[in-house]
Amino acid sequence: MAHFTKATSVKDWLNQRLAIEKVEKVMASEYWIPKNINFLWAMGMVLVITFALLLVSGIFLLMYYQPNVDTAFYSVNYTIMREVDFGWLWRHIHGVAASVVFLIIYIHMFTGIYYGSYKKGREMIWISGMLLFVAFSAEAFSGYMLPWGQMSYWAGMVITNLFAGGSLHADFLVEWIRGDYVPAQAFLTRFFMLHVLLIPLAILGLIGLHFAALRIPHVNNQDGEEIDFDAESKKYLAGDKAGSKVMRFANDFMSKDMMVVGIYLIFFFYLVFWNYGFAMDPVNFDPADGLKTPAHIYPEWYFLWSYEILRPFSVDIGLIAFGFAQVIFVLLPFLDRSPNTVPANRRGLFAIWFWLMLVNMIVLTAMGKLPPEDPYSTVGFYSAIIFIVQWILLPIITTFEKKA
Amino acid sequence: MENNSRRGFMGKAFGAVAAVGAVGSLVAMKKSWDPLPSVKAAGFTTLDMSIYNENELVVEKWRGKPIFVLKKTAKMVASQTEEQKVRDIVVDGSHFMVCIGLCTHLGCIPAYNADEEGFLCACHGGKFDWAGEVTAVPPPRGFDIPPFKIDGNKLVLGEAGPEYTQMKETGVTL
Amino acid sequence: MKNKEPLILAVVVAFSLLTYYLVEPYAHHVMHKHVESEGFAYADLPAITKTGDATRGAELVMGAGACVGCHSIEAAGMPAAMEPQDAAASYGVNPPDLSNAGIVYDEKFLANLIKNPAHALKVEHKFDEAKGQMHPMVPFYGAGGDIDQEVADMVAYLQSIAVKAEELTPAMAFENACGRCHAMSYENWTQIGTKPSFKHEKDSLAFDIKVLEYEDSIKAYMGKLPPDLSMYIRSRGEHFISTFMENPQNHLAGTAMPRVGVTAESAEKVIEHMKDSGDTKREERETIGMYVMIYIIIFAIFAILWKKQVWRDLH
Repeated sequence: MAHFTKATSVKDWLNQRLAIEKVEKVMASEYWIPKNINFLWAMGMVLVITFALLLVSGIFLLMYYQPNVDTAFYSVNYTIMREVDFGWLWRHIHGVAASVVFLIIYIHMFTGIYYGSYKKGREMIWISGMLLFVAFSAEAFSGYMLPWGQMSYWAGMVITNLFAGGSLHADFLVEWIRGDYVPAQAFLTRFFMLHVLLIPLAILGLIGLHFAALRIPHVNNQDGEEIDFDAESKKYLAGDKAGSKVMRFANDFMSKDMMVVGIYLIFFFYLVFWNYGFAMDPVNFDPADGLKTPAHIYPEWYFLWSYEILRPFSVDIGLIAFGFAQVIFVLLPFLDRSPNTVPANRRGLFAIWFWLMLVNMIVLTAMGKLPPEDPYSTVGFYSAIIFIVQWILLPIITTFEKKA
Repeated sequence: MENNSRRGFMGKAFGAVAAVGAVGSLVAMKKSWDPLPSVKAAGFTTLDMSIYNENELVVEKWRGKPIFVLKKTAKMVASQTEEQKVRDIVVDGSHFMVCIGLCTHLGCIPAYNADEEGFLCACHGGKFDWAGEVTAVPPPRGFDIPPFKIDGNKLVLGEAGPEYTQMKETGVTL
Repeated sequence: MKNKEPLILAVVVAFSLLTYYLVEPYAHHVMHKHVESEGFAYADLPAITKTGDATRGAELVMGAGACVGCHSIEAAGMPAAMEPQDAAASYGVNPPDLSNAGIVYDEKFLANLIKNPAHALKVEHKFDEAKGQMHPMVPFYGAGGDIDQEVADMVAYLQSIAVKAEELTPAMAFENACGRCHAMSYENWTQIGTKPSFKHEKDSLAFDIKVLEYEDSIKAYMGKLPPDLSMYIRSRGEHFISTFMENPQNHLAGTAMPRVGVTAESAEKVIEHMKDSGDTKREERETIGMYVMIYIIIFAIFAILWKKQVWRDLH
């Protein structure tokens, strides 16, 4: 039995049992963050806030949603949108947040790539982050099934058909995933289970891993400078706040986080109330009809780049290219052979690689939305090739990179 | 969290603004829990009182609960005591016993015996008469009467008309 | 350390807006051809040249025009002779009640409709006289006088018995112009009328059967069942619905849906009703939106002030 003394206050009582002061120091007031960072470093907090919005709005949708093929559409578009007080608000928040979260994820990802925050001890942050991207993608896809509109049904049909593996004709696998020959009741309820329970649990676990992976190597900074956190934190605690290269997470960094979050929320709520069409596609306001494919089917915008890598090739090659595209980002820390942990603009050819990757993914995204006809399919084809070639070239350019 | 207290003001101010937002969200959340308009609208049942036969119990439905409607015979009406008269509901010249068909003991639905002109609750043996009063324990009080309003030869359950309000105020029903 | 944040922000915003533009406005523009509104002018139809007289029109409508042989006119005390599903079984479709035709539909359209229904309704591709496919509504060939005068009179009569423009509610406009073919379940509207609440399930099912019989007739008449319009304002958008109503052939060449001939005001009311069904909380959304935006701006201001205060010592 550990030694306990009579508590002098509530704080002392909790401290003896839960070490709250130590936890507070490690997680907040003595979690040292470099000062040399910009607002892009706040994207993590923006993601936490957006995820919280998704959770809370999701809870209220869950109270009224019915995962039944006959009543799902009505439960969303009549009960929630018309009858439930503020039901329309939760739905709009949920739909807009589900789309905007990916914009922030991509900004967050590309920030990491630009500043080399996946290298030199930070590989697990990158890998856990990419796993979070996969989990969020699965969460978004499963959620999209739920309103059981035309897009829900046909996206479900097309994406599960991928698992037939082209020439492998693994139809049994497709039927097993669906629980039926076509997307029907079994399909809807199992994706409901995934969306409401299993994937959120995985996401929460991965967020824990992601934060832990970040805590130990410390946050990166704009110049990639290796900071002596012990020395700099001593300076800060001695009173030289301005001279120290580091600051506390709470309240120093958090106040800047909250400022970025505040400005982000202005933009976010503007979308929720006035400009939500991009997140709530009109086609999904038609109830699902298994006997009628809509004239234009497309995934949500954040999947378009990888959809476009699938499309221009014949079935088997397309599936291989698609599989490649999903996995390749995870391997970034190992494909980048250069030890330079500095921003891309100081890395010679890598800077070109970076901007080309970014622009190319935007081109792929645009082509993925456009109908598969000329000139769009031709542009999409070359874009997909450029994407694959860039990744093959990465180890080569980085091997020959000059030490920064 | 170390905040120099004279500069901690802005942090506290921001916290207060955030708290206002949180309270607003909680208000919206509370309202999302409220019963839906369609549920509240279904809270009114209109009964056409001209269709019932004397001494024939009919069970209607109101807010998910069974409602006993019993048209009284002339003999029943003639024999009404003062206590029974205050429970009497008169619509378009006919006398009725209208009540919530749940035993006031623990909520089972009693059965009506037309020959004996009385109710027996199978759960614990409670008995009520044709006017809804208790004739055998354990029920603590007569059948509860739902809010009602007389509208010509119709009875609207869920709306409190003057007769019902009177009954409630004088303690005839809870 | 130069502050690079404005540049970084500009780059992030620029790429985000570029992506948004390509994926939304541009892509949708490529996928859906844009149909210009014709202003409900019905320019292909000749104008009415005569001034109509409602009294003469009444005689014609009741008499030589033979309108009341198929059409009920509740406003004139002439109720429907058959139940809607029986009328639909006989004629293919339930002939509309004419009480408010004078206010819902364009007068030039009505005049041309009376003389040549298939032409005004733009369904000649389905009802080709030369091939013996007769439209269920018989054209009016005149009552012996000047047909244009007679038709003008009949239109004038219909306008005289209709409600005033201010009295035409969005629901009325919809039920008149669209409701005989399109259901709108979210407003409890079936093609044979608003579904009443029934005490007994048997009666409710009997009503549903009538609706199904009606739908069978209209499916046979139109080729497929006209869709339920409850959510169409969100799945198609206001511009599409307006231009579609104006001339369905512009969007879906060869469609069986007739050009219904509504006025611009009626079209607006129909759209208003469709919004009541598919975008019911739009006003609340605007109001709450304003309050939330004001709050969140205040929130951001306080956050900025707090950050500035905390960071005074850090720079």
